[in-house]
Amino acid sequence: MALRRLRADLHIHTCLSPCGELAMSPRAVVERARAAGLDLIAVTDHNTTENAGAVIEAAAGTELAVLPGIELTTAEEVHVLGLFETGAALGPFQEEVYRNLPDLPAKMKFVEDQVLVDAADYVRGFCPRCLFGATLFSVQEAVELIRSHGGLAIACHIDRESFSLISQLGFIPPGLRLEAVEVSPRLTAEEARAEFGPFDPLQVVRFSDAHKPEEIGSAATEFLVERPSLGEIRLALAGAQGRRVIAT
Amino acid sequence: MTLSDLATRLELRIFTSGVPLDRPVRGGYASDLLSDVIGHARKDDLWVTMQVHPNIVAVAVLKELAGVVLVGGRVPAAETLAQAEREKVPLLGTGLPTFELAGKLYTMGVKGS
Repeated sequence: MALRRLRADLHIHTCLSPCGELAMSPRAVVERARAAGLDLIAVTDHNTTENAGAVIEAAAGTELAVLPGIELTTAEEVHVLGLFETGAALGPFQEEVYRNLPDLPAKMKFVEDQVLVDAADYVRGFCPRCLFGATLFSVQEAVELIRSHGGLAIACHIDRESFSLISQLGFIPPGLRLEAVEVSPRLTAEEARAEFGPFDPLQVVRFSDAHKPEEIGSAATEFLVERPSLGEIRLALAGAQGRRVIAT
Repeated sequence: MTLSDLATRLELRIFTSGVPLDRPVRGGYASDLLSDVIGHARKDDLWVTMQVHPNIVAVAVLKELAGVVLVGGRVPAAETLAQAEREKVPLLGTGLPTFELAGKLYTMGVKGS
């Protein structure tokens, strides 16, 4: 099969994230992603994968492909993106994350802001966990946990002044098995390299980190791949078998 | 004032073994953002933090800090301790939170910029 260009925004929140707008329902996310000309998106809520299935289902029958994912908060308060294959059984992974997500006092929970939905946008319930909190995983442990469940790990918005690998830890720790570093929409990949130095051999990607519908696709990365799957994205990030990142 | 004096007076726990504590402490800096410490800490500062990641050792070496105190009863990760001993960076600890420790240090004459 021939390789083709594919436009991907792999960092999108839903209404399950405490900071994600209620308007970020599965159908709205899919509709907006298609309108923005995206071929592939990933659902990456804070410390949870529980709405990903609904978005995957909502996109069924459309041209849009959806990967389940997560934005993990590590003990150092570094955000790490974990992306998984569509259809991956993420139950054991999610249980491991919840076991390592400390509970905070009830008044610090924002349960009504953590909405579990189905593919038709009906409310299934509310997540009782403290999703905005930090897990007990070190950044190293978070990356290895993602990898051990077949996922791909990316350091989030490294140009930001909070929750980024560079803001929290000063520089990218050697030996950390990341596949890429993400820059936020406010910076181009070139500006990021100029500011932080080269990231070789790490690939730079740019995603929206959308918390509201109009932000979906406000930053995206173009890949040259055979099809929209995690395996192909992994190859492209490694620059293997002719797959590559075309533009950020 | 040396690290050793401070450790005694504040009853700090000493994590590193084989790392001399006779270094003079000229000032202090408290922050949990390593990027901020890289930007603003000065040579011979005592750094107060709750981060326990191995990168704290590299930052202490880079900025030629007098030592690092981990607050709130935190203990260094195994790799952090190994690197600190290798790089001769004194790692100390206290059960006090950052604000309390910084206050005590300040009254003892260890000041910021």
